[in-house]
Amino acid sequence: MLNLVDRRMGIFLAGLFLLTVAIPVGNLAMAGQPVPSYIVALLGKYLCYALLAVALDLVWGYCGILSLGHGAFFALGGYAMGMHLMREIGARGVYANPVLPDFMVFLNWDSLPWYWLGFDMFGFALAMALLVPGLLAFVFGWFAFRSRVTGVYLSIITQAMTYALMLAFFRNEMGFGGYNGLTDFKDVLGFSLQADSTRAGLFVLSALALAAGLLVSKAITSSKLGKVLIAIRDAESRTRFIGYRVEEYKLFVFVVSAMMAGLAGALYVPQVGIINPGEFSPANSIGIVIWVALGGRGTLVGAAMGAIIVGIAQTLFTSWFPELWLFALGGLFVFVTIFLPDGVLGLIESRLGRKAGPGAAAKEASA
Amino acid sequence: MALLRVLLAAAITCAASLAAAQSLEDLVATLPEGSYDDRGAVVAQIAGTGDDRALKVLESLLEGDLEVLDSNGRVVEIRSEGRDDFATDILTGEDYGEVPSRGSSRIRVNNSLRRDIRAAMGTMTLRHPDPARRLAAAQAAFRSPDPDQAELLSEALAAETDPQVAEALSRAVAVAALEGAAPEAAQLEAVAVLSEMGNTEARTILAAAAADAEGPVAEAASDAVRHIDQMQRLWGLAQNVWFGLSLGSVLLLAAIGLAITFGVMGVINMAHGELVMIGAYTTFVVQEAIRSSFPALFDWSLLIAAPLAFAVAGGVGVAIERGVVRFLYGRPLETLLATWGISLMLQQAVRSIFGPNNREVGNPSFMSGAFELGQMTVTWNRLWILVFALAVFAVLLFVLKKTPIGLQMRAVTQNRAMASNMGIRTGWVDAMTFGLGAGIAGLAGVALSQIDNVSPNLGQSYIVDSFMVVVFGGAGNIWGTLAGAFSLGIANKFLEPWTGAVLAKILVLVFIILFIQKRPRGLFAVRGRAVDA
Repeated sequence: MLNLVDRRMGIFLAGLFLLTVAIPVGNLAMAGQPVPSYIVALLGKYLCYALLAVALDLVWGYCGILSLGHGAFFALGGYAMGMHLMREIGARGVYANPVLPDFMVFLNWDSLPWYWLGFDMFGFALAMALLVPGLLAFVFGWFAFRSRVTGVYLSIITQAMTYALMLAFFRNEMGFGGYNGLTDFKDVLGFSLQADSTRAGLFVLSALALAAGLLVSKAITSSKLGKVLIAIRDAESRTRFIGYRVEEYKLFVFVVSAMMAGLAGALYVPQVGIINPGEFSPANSIGIVIWVALGGRGTLVGAAMGAIIVGIAQTLFTSWFPELWLFALGGLFVFVTIFLPDGVLGLIESRLGRKAGPGAAAKEASA
Repeated sequence: MALLRVLLAAAITCAASLAAAQSLEDLVATLPEGSYDDRGAVVAQIAGTGDDRALKVLESLLEGDLEVLDSNGRVVEIRSEGRDDFATDILTGEDYGEVPSRGSSRIRVNNSLRRDIRAAMGTMTLRHPDPARRLAAAQAAFRSPDPDQAELLSEALAAETDPQVAEALSRAVAVAALEGAAPEAAQLEAVAVLSEMGNTEARTILAAAAADAEGPVAEAASDAVRHIDQMQRLWGLAQNVWFGLSLGSVLLLAAIGLAITFGVMGVINMAHGELVMIGAYTTFVVQEAIRSSFPALFDWSLLIAAPLAFAVAGGVGVAIERGVVRFLYGRPLETLLATWGISLMLQQAVRSIFGPNNREVGNPSFMSGAFELGQMTVTWNRLWILVFALAVFAVLLFVLKKTPIGLQMRAVTQNRAMASNMGIRTGWVDAMTFGLGAGIAGLAGVALSQIDNVSPNLGQSYIVDSFMVVVFGGAGNIWGTLAGAFSLGIANKFLEPWTGAVLAKILVLVFIILFIQKRPRGLFAVRGRAVDA
């Protein structure tokens, strides 16, 4: 376990640990509440984004699969959790129907569709939040990797996948609340979602999930399997000729990554209180890519940092100069790709004179 | 004999002059007097005046709204509002205000008089000098068939000179014959006429006839229904193909610029949609300028906008290539991210300049309206967009295959080092190629401004579709883009009736995802070493 924690991972996890202790204490236990509740929710959201970024970095940074559809896995995990939270509302909805969520009553449905069964159990919903994205990734990857769809083409069909899912979830007939999605959640496992203590608890869970995600990814990438993944990223054909079954390695890492994204979505939904088809939009998925690129591709820790930096920048910009946010974000895309191929982490480490991370190698052979 | 003839002629002249002498005013004034039979004669005379107002008088009389004011003896039309009656003069339109109850007396009509009035009205409109009015009358007779009018319609048909009106009349005659107890031969002929007509209205009438009639007429009618069903299926097919072609032309326009930047150069230009949007906004600006300064030129606005849109979008494209893309050649995924960033900035720039709402772009007169082709409706703007898309495609093909710059473009994409050794300025060619693709996106914007909302989000809605088209058709092959655009468009429109628009789109996307598995390089893959580079 300890050999997984190299210097940068150690610094990041220590910072994360401090945050995980300081934020809830500041919010709940200190007089005068130096950390307001909305900050807790906001930071919890960033931590979910960070986990999502780590998931993408695992496939993009280490295996060269640029998925433009990771938002879909995130949203599917979110929907699984949202469905549980909808069932938890029970008879407290507007129409006071003990079984059917409000939107189904509104659409004159008289019974729960089969795919909603079981979501009243938290464990089942959590399992689905992992399994559904994992299954989608498995099926999608099974076809795509076996057919050797690579590079740009793969990126474009992952984008088509999330776009198709977005269109599908917009449909009322799908039974996922259509345009409005799922919202008005009341509580999770009996804890009210409005309560500060629940929010703080979710924040801590998000931090733990992020730490776990980082460690799992690190374990994968520093194992022998991880070496093969990097080989695939840098020279796919050569790896295949040596005798490795490239598509199986890719499929494995793609599924793991999708499940991590699903977990991030499941933690995200109770903290923001809504999930709607907009989460599937291709623009969101491309947004994830820039987090990873900004932080430093192929560094895991950098991806998490990138997500948090962009998240904070977005919050500040949209409240100070809403007009300028898209200029700033767009400029960031251009600036990072041209001037910061190793991301912020690469910049910091090269300034500190340390050896550059795998991102440097990624730059050489990403084409 | 001669004397008789002279007398007869004199009598006719006399009657004619008498009729002419009696103006509509006089005739209307005599309406209240006499028996129902007298009133019938006056009605015929009123119809004979050919006065435009006569129709209104007869209509009003038929409805029982025509009354005589006791105070001044004028013939007025009564309209009731609540419990009060208001009178307007039927001829002059003068308003007499509220009428006390019992202040007027109704001009009564009975059933035989009603029949006379209807016949007179029919004759009046069917023989009206204006063909449009005759056509309207014939169509009205078709829609509310009356066996009693069959003879009247036949007479009007015999006298008709305008072919369009004659056609409508023959249909009206046919319906009247089917409704009434016409001889079998006439009914069979009527079935033939309606079967020829072949639309839903005719089908309804024929289906009713097939159920009601007996013997050969019923048989002929049910045959005709089958015939019409078959024709309608064919026309439905044709309509779907047309919708598909129309959607395909939109896809082609949106994708063709991308076929150059992505297909030929290998640059993933995510800002492509925004270049389309810039073209659309250029059209908007041109139209605003024309509206405020030269309103007479409005019909030419698109022709003026097209080269400007090409120049503006092309200029932006060259700037993107020189400023960003050229540092990223050989790193397609990074290019994707950088151009995505540019697309966000362009969107926000347009939003800041023009505001977030939809802007109004008008259709010039030659692009508005529609025409009927058999049983399908073709709108002019869709047709022109199809023509425009094919024209742009042809010009692009010409530029790539027959001009020196096209030759250089192909040379640079095939073997950059060799091209450079031959003295081609590869950097300049890159900029021109990207500019060409961007300019074509601008042209697409001009066309799309005619059918879509011009808003900062315009480009976003096309970007996924256009990538799908290029990838499906096979990157590097513009013929593939053409085939891809039209086959996806038609597939989409054929799915829509079964699945609805959204599901059809989802199915097409899923199909493309599966298709890429089977043929990772698209429909018409470019073979050879260049692909592996």
